[in-house]
Parts: sequence; structure tokens; C-alpha cells
Amino acid sequence: MNQIVNITIDGIECMAQKGQYIVDAAKDNGIYIPTLCNYPGVKPRGSCRICTVKVNGRLMTACTTPVSENMEIINEDPELADLRKAIIELFFIEGNHFCPACEKSGNCELQALAYRYKIMVPRFPYAFPQRELDASNPKLVKDQNRCILCKRCIRGIHDEKGRTIFAYRRRGTHVEIGVDPKIGKDLSDDLAQKSMDICPVGALLVREKGFDVPIGERKYDKQSIGSDIEEKR
Amino acid sequence: MGQKITIEPVTRVEGHGKVTIHLDNDGQVTQTRLHIVEFRGFERFVQGRPYWEAPVLVQRLCGICPVSHHLAAAKALDVIVGAGTGEGLTPTGEKMRRLMHYGQIFQSHSLHFFHLASPDLLFGIDADPVKRNVLALALENKDLAVQGVMMRKFGQEIIAATAGKKIHGTGAIPGGINKHLSAEDKERLLNGPAPLNIDSMIDWSLAALEFFDDYHEKNKGVIDQFVEFPSSYLSLVRKDGALDLYHGVLRAKDSKGSIILHDVDYQDYYKYIDEEVRNWSYMKFPYLKELGKQEGWYSVGPLARLNNAEFIDTPLAQKEFEKFKAYTKGGLNHMPMHAHWARLIEILHAAEKMKELLQDPDLMEGELIIKGMKKMEGVGLLEAPRGTLFHHYKINEQDQIKMCNLIVSTTNNNQPMNEAVNQVAKKMMTGKEEITEAMMNAVEVAIRAYDPCLSCATHALGQMPLEISLYNGDKLLHKKRNI
Repeated sequence: MNQIVNITIDGIECMAQKGQYIVDAAKDNGIYIPTLCNYPGVKPRGSCRICTVKVNGRLMTACTTPVSENMEIINEDPELADLRKAIIELFFIEGNHFCPACEKSGNCELQALAYRYKIMVPRFPYAFPQRELDASNPKLVKDQNRCILCKRCIRGIHDEKGRTIFAYRRRGTHVEIGVDPKIGKDLSDDLAQKSMDICPVGALLVREKGFDVPIGERKYDKQSIGSDIEEKR
Repeated sequence: MGQKITIEPVTRVEGHGKVTIHLDNDGQVTQTRLHIVEFRGFERFVQGRPYWEAPVLVQRLCGICPVSHHLAAAKALDVIVGAGTGEGLTPTGEKMRRLMHYGQIFQSHSLHFFHLASPDLLFGIDADPVKRNVLALALENKDLAVQGVMMRKFGQEIIAATAGKKIHGTGAIPGGINKHLSAEDKERLLNGPAPLNIDSMIDWSLAALEFFDDYHEKNKGVIDQFVEFPSSYLSLVRKDGALDLYHGVLRAKDSKGSIILHDVDYQDYYKYIDEEVRNWSYMKFPYLKELGKQEGWYSVGPLARLNNAEFIDTPLAQKEFEKFKAYTKGGLNHMPMHAHWARLIEILHAAEKMKELLQDPDLMEGELIIKGMKKMEGVGLLEAPRGTLFHHYKINEQDQIKMCNLIVSTTNNNQPMNEAVNQVAKKMMTGKEEITEAMMNAVEVAIRAYDPCLSCATHALGQMPLEISLYNGDKLLHKKRNI
């Protein structure tokens, strides 16, 4: 039987299952904590830091920190809002994100978060990196301009033998995610679609498929990110 | 000592440019040029992108007629995905795109006539510059101004209903369209409260033609004698010779009215048309290869379309077309100011077409997309508001665009606009001691008749102004406009 623990999030008394990650406990209680690298069913990494909360006064990533009895969590204060905004801005300036021509626009979590945090213009200068489009895979296109290196594809996509299809390659500021040429060449249509869906941005695109869902019918056209969780409160 | 006049900015056109006029010591105009001094470069930065992004990416060339670029790119990609050219799509695919396109023609032409051109007609070419704008129009002729705003709005509503957004939508995709027309949009656009319904738009289109007829009757000097020169004309026509703004074959007539390009398949446009680069403008000079660089230039746009078409397949516009043709006794119309008239006839035609399509059940149901045998190259042409628009793409084995060539409507009109500037400058400025504001506006009026979109045509980035400068021999007399 699951053990229940009592926590507070922004002063609201909540109940959670012992061992549950803060981000999931908050969700069960109708509180949205933003995430990018986290994905349901995939082991959390805490790499993007967007879910940072204050736990008993310390900054912790909500996707990797389990709840414990009497934990006091702050999810919304000006400092955290600015921190999260800065992280989103850094993602935008570090890559080449051109939303108007991106197939993922309207379904993009980064774009949706930028709207939620009302980002008009980043405080940091654009890096304008020179990046390539890798179109060597027969089912997928990998646009390095848009990749935020969250590793969701590396962690969440495996072939029928359990092998990972995506991997980091190169180093330092040149690091990027590549598709394994041997395993990737036999990628099924279903797995290609799953790869595109697991990507929070438009870095993984199913070949020859784009813009078939009209504007106004895309996920975040209908509902802003997190509002589905918050309306359960 | 000679003079050089610079007009800067040329106002009430889309985009940026300048005009220079050289006068010799006797005050004779020796050289005129419409310079487009900025550069954009979409052809280069779509290289490497997945081909299916092109209709959404390339439409960012323009905020006035993005639908034209969106659809021309989609038409080129129809060929690449094996859906063929215009006739190959499903009825829903083709008709939804046509509705989007007629909405675009309607709103863009309305914008030009009411907002940009009508102040010259209402207040006169020599009116106070402070007065020659749409705000003064709103103050002095509220009904006409409201009409212009609401007609543009209606066209934009049609675009939103078909493309998802009023500006920069995503409706057309390679091989078809991504949505049906909703029952709510159909009802609203057909029978919504006046004036935002299609019957009001048809009435207002007719009223605009009446307004023009009346003005024309009283101001023949401005409309008929202001500027006139022989030109060849190029446009799409439907295979049976009807005016068709979305799809057809390429036809060109020489200045005497003989057909010199015989209804050819536009996939082969490059066999007939080439572009010349001149070192003083970022806008290229297209020409018909057969006639060569000197003689091969041609005009496009509403005047060219009505010069090339044999009839219009909507009854009210056909009636106006007959009047238009009768005015030149069935011959070619070489008066650029008559482009305003032709534009208004096209507004009426677009409104009639929109009504026909809004009532068509194919828009509400049916297959959206069709695909077939893939090709590595495709050309898409249509008649954008300002004229024939060419999109040409080649892709590589990995579905990336490796070549893109765009010949934008206004680019085709480069030489005709230069001719018009030359003629008006000679007429208005030769031997004059003082170059007045009215003389410079006259040059702009001639350019404005072509409704140029200079940013589209040159792919320009940067500051807005178009300037006109006047030289007197070696001496530059620079006149920078302050409006």
C-alpha cells in the first residue's frame, strides 16, 4: 500500500505518495511545475533545470527530487520566475529557433513556455551558431538548429531490441544528438513518429510530413501549457 | 551645370527604393532610374531546408501578399510530391486554395486602391503632401475610407478561414490543403451581418468601379494622357483564354497585340524567360529570351492580365471587362494608369469567385491531399495581385532544397516602371527651373500605378524610404522627402 506524505507547495497543503517526484506530486494536486527534459515514463535527468523549485529553502530540480514528510516547496516566487525565464531565454539564444517556419510551432513546449513566461526578447545576445540539418536518415530529419540537448530522444526511444537510436556526439559547445546510422536506417514509421513526438521542440521531424495540422488545432493553440493541470485544482 | 534630383522616399508603395533623374545644362532629362537599393536573399537561405517548409518559410518575404508566395511555393511542391500542377489536386484542395487566393487578391487590391492610390485621385497629384494619405481620406470621405478598410478586412477573413491566420497561415501543403471550410465560416462569410458578407462586397466592388468611372470621365488627362508607352504583356490565362488568377498557361503579347508566347506550360518558363542584372539595382530585369535583353521586357499585373485574357468567367466582371476592352477598341491598353481600372475589375471578379466557392460543397468535405510519383524539381506559378509570380525549386535525394529561384511580380515590372518614370520625368520636368513637390509626386504616381512591392521584388531589408534625386549635369541637387 502506498504511503502518503504531507507536503506544502506555495503554502498549499498537499498529499503525495512517498517516493513520488515533486513534479508528479504537484501535478496530482493540480499545481503545474514547468518541465522540458522530463517526459512521462522516462527516467528523469534534471538536466534542463526549468523545474527548479525551493525545497526547504534550497534550489532543487522538481523532476528528480522525491517528496518527503513535511517538505515545504516553493514553486512560484519572483526569483524562480526570473530563473526559469532566463533558462528559456538561454535556449532561444543558444540555437536558431525560427518559430514561423517550424512544423512544431503550436506543439512546441519551448515555445509554449516562452508564451507562459511572457518572453518578448531575450536578455542575452543571440549566439547564431552555425549548425547543420542532418537529413541522412530515411525516416527522420534532425535539425541541429533547434535541438536543446534534453536527451528525451536518447532516453525514451529504443528499438524492439531495446537499443538506443540516438546518442550524443562531438564535444563541448559542438555537442549534438545524432541518429545511429546502422540502427536508425531500419527505423519504423511508428518509432519515427514517436521520436518526433518525444522531442519537445522541432529538432526531430518525420520526413515529408509537415503542417498538416492547421493553425488553431495544435495543442497549445487550444490550451496554454500547464493549464490542463491547473484547471484540475 | 546639370542637375540630379533624388526623390526620397517614394511613398505609398510597399518597400524601399529611390528615383534619380539627371538633367543636362539645358534642363533636358537625360537619364532616369528607379533604384532598388536593398537586398533580401530568400533564395539562398531556403537552401538546405526540408522542401515541405518552403510554403511556410518563403511567404515571410511579404506581409501584404504572403498568400501568393505560400500558394506559388505549394504549387511548385505539388509537382515535386507527384500531385501534378493545378488540375492535379483534389477538388477540395484546389478550391480551398483558390478561395484563399481570391481573398488575397481582394484584400491586396483593396489596400492599394483605397489606401495607397485613392488620395492621388481624390485630392489631386499636386495636393499638399500632408493631405495625400489615407487619414485625410478618412476625414474627408469617410464612406470611401470605411469601404476600403472593410473590404480589406473581408479578404483577410477569407484568408483566415482557409489558411488558419490572416497573415502567414499554413493552409496549403504539398499536394493539397490541411483543412476544410467550416460551416460557421461559410455561413458568416456568405450571410453574416452587413457589411461583412459577400453580397455587400460585390455591391461595394461595383460602387468602387462607379467611383472610378466617374473620376475617369472628369479626369481623362490624369488617367489617359498622364503616361502611355508601348509594352509587351505577360500573364497566365486559363487554357480557354479566360482570366485565371490561380492557374493556367503562360501567354505573352507584344506591344502590337500579337501573341509571342503561345500559352506554354509554365514548368518550362526558363526556356522563354531570363533575368538580367544591372549594377545599379538589386532588382533584376526579366526579359523574353526570344526578343533579347533590349526588346524583351514586358509588363505584368492587372493591366497585362486584362490585355491577355479573352473573357472573364464571372458575369458582372465580364460586363466591366467588355467596357474596358471597348475603350481601346479591343486593342491593347498601354496606359499604366488604367491598371487602377483593371484592378477594380479584378476586385469584382474575385468577389464573384469567392461567392461561387463559398457555396460549393466541395470545400466542406472531400479528400484534402493527393500525392504521386516524386520528382526532384517543380515550378509553381500564379497571378499574384501585382502580377505573375514564379517559384522554382530543386531538391536533393535527402529532401533538402538545393536550388530556389523566385521571379516576383514586381520584378517583372522593373523595366515598365523605369519607362514610366522616364516618361513622366521628361513630361513634367524638362526645361523647368524649379522642381516642385507636385512634379516629384507625379513620378511617384506613375510608379504607384504598378502597385509595386519592392521588398518582395528585391528581397530587401532595411530602412523604408524610396528617394528621388535630380541631377543637373554633374551637380547633385538632392531633395529628400520628409513625409
